Amino acid sequence: MKIVNKSYSKIDGKGLVEGKPVYTDDLAPKDALIVKILRSPHAFARIKDINTKVAEKIPGVECILTYKDIKRIPFTRAGQCYPELSPYDKFILDEYVRHVGDEVAIIAATDEKAAMKAMKIIKVDYEILEPVLDYEEADGHPSLVHPEEDSFAMVDIGFDKSRNIACQVELELGEVDKALKESDVIIKRTYSSQAQAQAMMETQRAYTYIDMYGRLIVVTSTQIPFHVRRILSTALGIPESKIRVIKPRIGGGFGAKQTANAEFYPALVTLKTGKPAKIVYTRKEVFRGTNSRHAMKFDITLGATKDGKIKAIDMVGISDTGAYGEHSQTTIAAAGQKVLPLYNKVEACRYHGKAMYTNKVPGGALRGFGVTQGTFAIESAINELAIELNMDPTEIRDINMIKQGETTKLLNMTTKGWGDRPMYMDSCMLEYCISKGKELIKWDEKYPKVQISQTKVRGVGMAIAQQGSGLPKIDMASVTLKLNTDGFFSLLMGATDLGTGSDTILAQIAAETLGVSLDKIVVYSSDTDLTPFDAGAYASSTTYTTGNAVIDAAEKMVDLIKHHGAIHFNTTIDNIQFDGNTIKNIETEEYITLSDFSKRITYNHQFIQLSTTGSFVPEKNVPPYMAGFAEVEVDLETGKVDVVEFVGVVDCGTPINPKLSKVQIEGGITTGIGLALYEEVKYDENGRLMTDTFMEYKVPTRKDIGKVVVELAEGYEKTGPYGAKSIGEVVVNPVAPAITDAIYNATGVRIRELPAIPEKVYMELLKKKIKSKC
Amino acid sequence: MKIEMKVNGQNKQFDISPDEYLVDTLRNNGYTSVKKGCDTGVCGCCTVHMDGKAILSCVILSAKAAGHEITTIEGVKEEAKKVGEYLVEEGVEQCGYCSTGLIMNILYMEKHIKEPSDEEILHYLSGNLCRCTGYTGQLRAIKKYLEARKNENSK
Repeated sequence: MKIVNKSYSKIDGKGLVEGKPVYTDDLAPKDALIVKILRSPHAFARIKDINTKVAEKIPGVECILTYKDIKRIPFTRAGQCYPELSPYDKFILDEYVRHVGDEVAIIAATDEKAAMKAMKIIKVDYEILEPVLDYEEADGHPSLVHPEEDSFAMVDIGFDKSRNIACQVELELGEVDKALKESDVIIKRTYSSQAQAQAMMETQRAYTYIDMYGRLIVVTSTQIPFHVRRILSTALGIPESKIRVIKPRIGGGFGAKQTANAEFYPALVTLKTGKPAKIVYTRKEVFRGTNSRHAMKFDITLGATKDGKIKAIDMVGISDTGAYGEHSQTTIAAAGQKVLPLYNKVEACRYHGKAMYTNKVPGGALRGFGVTQGTFAIESAINELAIELNMDPTEIRDINMIKQGETTKLLNMTTKGWGDRPMYMDSCMLEYCISKGKELIKWDEKYPKVQISQTKVRGVGMAIAQQGSGLPKIDMASVTLKLNTDGFFSLLMGATDLGTGSDTILAQIAAETLGVSLDKIVVYSSDTDLTPFDAGAYASSTTYTTGNAVIDAAEKMVDLIKHHGAIHFNTTIDNIQFDGNTIKNIETEEYITLSDFSKRITYNHQFIQLSTTGSFVPEKNVPPYMAGFAEVEVDLETGKVDVVEFVGVVDCGTPINPKLSKVQIEGGITTGIGLALYEEVKYDENGRLMTDTFMEYKVPTRKDIGKVVVELAEGYEKTGPYGAKSIGEVVVNPVAPAITDAIYNATGVRIRELPAIPEKVYMELLKKKIKSKC
Repeated sequence: MKIEMKVNGQNKQFDISPDEYLVDTLRNNGYTSVKKGCDTGVCGCCTVHMDGKAILSCVILSAKAAGHEITTIEGVKEEAKKVGEYLVEEGVEQCGYCSTGLIMNILYMEKHIKEPSDEEILHYLSGNLCRCTGYTGQLRAIKKYLEARKNENSK
């Protein structure tokens, strides 16, 4: 391989670091109306009356829209393929407001000052309702978060608004109760993980205008341009043909922008006024008005034999989906479906999950997407089982985890359209990931702990994880290749580069397949008018799904070049050789350079534009795997935990670009450290969000993470593009359970509720002290 | 109100409102390399230089910057380009949104601390948040850059 598996720099890198105007707000028209949203101060209320008359008179105010001005259409903002597995429970504006920060009115003015002034004098008379704030008490709560008649689910997902249930999932293999009864050891524990904010540096933003054809153009910082087009069409009640969505460079997404959000408001204003409009969310609005990782709680029961063989796993999960059910089904489902197959030797396993409505900021997608939460619970329980059995946690993994060439029926049960034939995990490198990780962290020297001083102790802990690579028989990607004059190619993709470098690695795949150098590929991505469909950048899909679509298009292009090469040399296609630079007639030894050929077929001879489109939808479940090892230092006097070192060894198949893959791992581990130790979306007793700035919500700084060491396993996945699997999300999953296990090994206290903040750790240390004295 | 300041060596006059922050004045007048990330002086995306010193333009009132000399990344093109090359070489510009602010702070750090240790680099730049890279590769890039600068200077 010449281009693939090489560490090229990002093709857009230079432009980005020079500060070129490439992000949404840099490009917005100067005369765009400024759109602001009046948001609810109450967790749950009904708007009895709303008066905008005085506000509308403020000079510069162009329009103010309330629920009375908007056609009532239920929809979901979740960026998923149609029909979505999220309930249609959202209205652009509604008479009910369901969380602090929910939208009440849309204000558009010629400048921000006028808009803000108008916002302050809109008079809203609320009937304050009793909010549902505890997701464990949502079922049977006297308040219904969705009392309206017209919300519904497109697909049967167990949606039951009369019980505040957004969705329910089930998975069962074998006889769990029997296997548990026959077990020597039972571990029964409860684990919970908090809501976590995506905290991408660029907030949600969009601008809109009507083009010369009378169509609505939406330029937005999104991960899902094609879904945004469809969602806008539904929510605004206009045909998709009237909407074009363009994604410029985006300043991170991490799942936040897998839910449509900011786009609705300028779009409505533009449709209403005919004028360009833009909205740029403040950081506070991101926290209050968008979404975060679903908080989840799991009851885990493990049954095992004395010698460490896990016989049964019983998992009951509950998720806080907040005011709307966006991504609720898919995250709570993934928490079981993409975690349980790790332990393929169990006799039986069972999973029950449900997501509850509460009057909080909605849950949404965040890197790891439910799998992170499920992994924390299952991996923590397995670490506790290892302690119970007096086994090394790596040993209990070795006995029970899935290994290369193995399978489990769970994969059949959770992979759409695969059928009954066994699905073998041919490229699983978990064994290597663990052995390499042990070596890198010096496990045998450090396990379980090292006393540093009277008050400081270090411990090590570990966990394993998987994710998926795209969504089999659900999410499709297409790309188009064009051969241009002078012998370069346009690669048109619906795929959406969030900053990860997907434009670069997909260009590498195209260049490899075509046999050309990387500079012969010009990328244009994420424009619903100009690029073919792609589900979007989520579900760890771009490398695997879009990468395979690129190969499909490029192979077709090679065939097409040969076909037209045969016409050029007046011979048959079998006599044509194409090596990326020249097209050769092997019979006559005549040849023509691709550059010459492209000019001739365009201008002089065949008069044709060579263009191919390739598509791909995954069929197989292709998990990347990871082993994570943490070394922490705990201050016994304060409970403060510092990560000394985190080692991540990842099997992502063959990395298309090892440099960018490593940065993915390093970034993911840091998000995992944030989840484990620092970050938490918190509310007061009235449902007001307390963590709505970066002053209260603690994203790790570069001083907070310790040493991060990453390693790629040299894997090969035969269904992947040049052997590649995904990498983007798996890298978050094992971090929190490895860290809490390291805390346990250092101190003997087990943190089962994330994050492991000093207060919590210290209280547990105190409890342990008191207990040992009794 | 009208204010005057020097931006990237040129005298400029801006019509601002008294409660306007420097980041908005700069962005509204075409200096879009200056990014807004948090609105509260925490994330470092809006870092520019005022009279040669790195500041957070989202917490400095434009009126306060009147009469001062402001430098954005466009004003230190050549120096910034070198730092940027090292970030790109390590793949740690990623989404790029925080890169310009980070580069402005690196350039100031370089003037401020001679041969900083890892600890000092991490401490000095801790106000530049990044959610993509996890910082580890950025440290690699910054160290390589500083090393190259040292070699350049010793020639």
